[in-house]
Amino acid sequence: MKKRILFVCSCLAAIVLVTGCGGSSAGENGELNVYNWGEYIDEDVIDLFEEETGIKVNYKTYDTNEDMYPIIANGAADWDVVCPSEYMIQKMLDNDLLLEINHDNLPNLSNIGSEFMETVKEFDPDATHAVPYLWGTVGILYNDTMVDEPITSWDCLWDEKYADNIVMMNNPRDVFAPALISCGYSLNSTTDAELQEAAALLSAQKPLVLKYTTDEVRDMMIGEKAAIGVIYSGEATICKDENEHLQYVVPEEGSNVWLDCWVIPTTCKNKENAEKWIDFLCRPEIAMKNFEYIYYSTPNQGMIDLIEDEEILDNEALFPEDDVLSRCETFHYLGEEAEEKYNELWKQVLSE
Amino acid sequence: MYKKSLSYPYLVWAAAFIIIPLLFIVYYGLTDRSGAFTLENLMAIATAEHSKALFLSLLLSLVSTAICLLLAYPLALILSNSKLGRSGFIIFLFILPMWMNFLLRTLAWVVLLDTNGVLDTLFKTLGLPRFKIINTPAAIVFGMVYDFLPFMILPIYNVISKIDINVINAARDLGANSFQTLYKVIFPLSLPGVISGITMVFVPSLTTFVISTLLGGGKILLIGNVIEQEFMKGTSWHVGSGLSLVLMLFIIISMVLSSKYDNGEGNVL
Repeated sequence: MKKRILFVCSCLAAIVLVTGCGGSSAGENGELNVYNWGEYIDEDVIDLFEEETGIKVNYKTYDTNEDMYPIIANGAADWDVVCPSEYMIQKMLDNDLLLEINHDNLPNLSNIGSEFMETVKEFDPDATHAVPYLWGTVGILYNDTMVDEPITSWDCLWDEKYADNIVMMNNPRDVFAPALISCGYSLNSTTDAELQEAAALLSAQKPLVLKYTTDEVRDMMIGEKAAIGVIYSGEATICKDENEHLQYVVPEEGSNVWLDCWVIPTTCKNKENAEKWIDFLCRPEIAMKNFEYIYYSTPNQGMIDLIEDEEILDNEALFPEDDVLSRCETFHYLGEEAEEKYNELWKQVLSE
Repeated sequence: MYKKSLSYPYLVWAAAFIIIPLLFIVYYGLTDRSGAFTLENLMAIATAEHSKALFLSLLLSLVSTAICLLLAYPLALILSNSKLGRSGFIIFLFILPMWMNFLLRTLAWVVLLDTNGVLDTLFKTLGLPRFKIINTPAAIVFGMVYDFLPFMILPIYNVISKIDINVINAARDLGANSFQTLYKVIFPLSLPGVISGITMVFVPSLTTFVISTLLGGGKILLIGNVIEQEFMKGTSWHVGSGLSLVLMLFIIISMVLSSKYDNGEGNVL
């Protein structure tokens, strides 16, 4: 009962919010409730979709995967289409919260690079529940005036000549990923022995590290306070615009890749409309419009083919070479106990 | 009757925002994930990394409290004896920085102390020996002293400036020299302010995580950082709450010690 009331309230709120006055009617072909990350679409694209299909879009945003999950899981609102990250999609699949997407209704799906559909299979084994939207990697940003040779490997993070010149991220999973990869293990490892080995490597690295921070890497690299920083590719793009000496590389041993995909949750009431929406976003011209606004890496090969400006294509952070993705691995949802293990070991490293 | 009804909003406020959250902390601190009663979260303080963090926190906050006291007492004494001090202008200067956001003030010290930062560059240009203080425990103590010094000065100043001048004159009449007057008369009378100042510097220093994150480069783990990590980056609110309860114990001890001496006069904030 409570859920129902909550649902009615949130529907009313949604109607009032979206229409502004609560007076306008649904589009001629019904409605579509879209739940997306904040700042994750060019809003003109929504207008274009409404004009073309006559579907009325109710658009709302969330800040984190964790904010979105309980709303879908509790059925608090009828979202038709959502855009979570890979590990959250895995968790939603585990909890039977996703509907299968009918690929016959997605003629534009062929624009998505096949390597991305392979990556989708890491968390959605038959790749029928998720359609890639945007993606990025974790890599090393370095200042080419402050290092002796081009960086290609995670090894530089343990090189004594860069003592006090290294910036690392500071949450357990992100900081363990390079160490696990350097040991030759998966960044989703949950084995005690492997994690211990990675922790020992991080302890050895600690005296060389200038700072553990996730928020300040950008400023520190632009301000040349450090030579080497571990960073997200999206941030690296911004840094390169500010300081021409900064180079981004995804180390040869491999790294972490994240992939946000459109999915259709079980709360969906307009599955056909949701599929139309996903297909619309897969169109190269529409993807291009979004790209110009958000400036994140796109899995849309059709769109990449449309780019004429060589300089944009040369940006390794935005358009890495083909083999990069095959080297990278997505984070999996490991469960509370395993996350606790990472947390515990990270505290031990820091308290030494 | 009239007075009593006026207090209800405050009671509701206290219940909603002080008592209930505290009960939540106690509940989380004494249960595990399945909701069963456990003392494990309290015992978590005994693990090597947690006790090390607690010990370091105690050490750093004691050091910064001592430095604050050494800096603040003479200053309060001078201020209360001088015209400039009595006019409140200097005190105003000490409070002025507190109008600015605490986070910004701490970030400013990062810029000042950083390698190739303002101070470092100055030392380099002057040909003086350079030192590395950022991302060390010393930098954290520096930050604590800077941020919390006003909380030490104000209560001490407040108490000293209220000491009856006749008491001091009497001491001098009876043959005490300046040092004896200070040691035997002024200091004992100012004790409530001192104790109040100590509490107000020690408690926030013990629990801080912002200063240690910013000035310690995320490399130094204080107990505040451990609790922050449990809540924000880890998954265990239970351990975080358990550690908070242990920390509260230390704060209560320091409060009990201070209330023994404090007759309320020192409390200006």
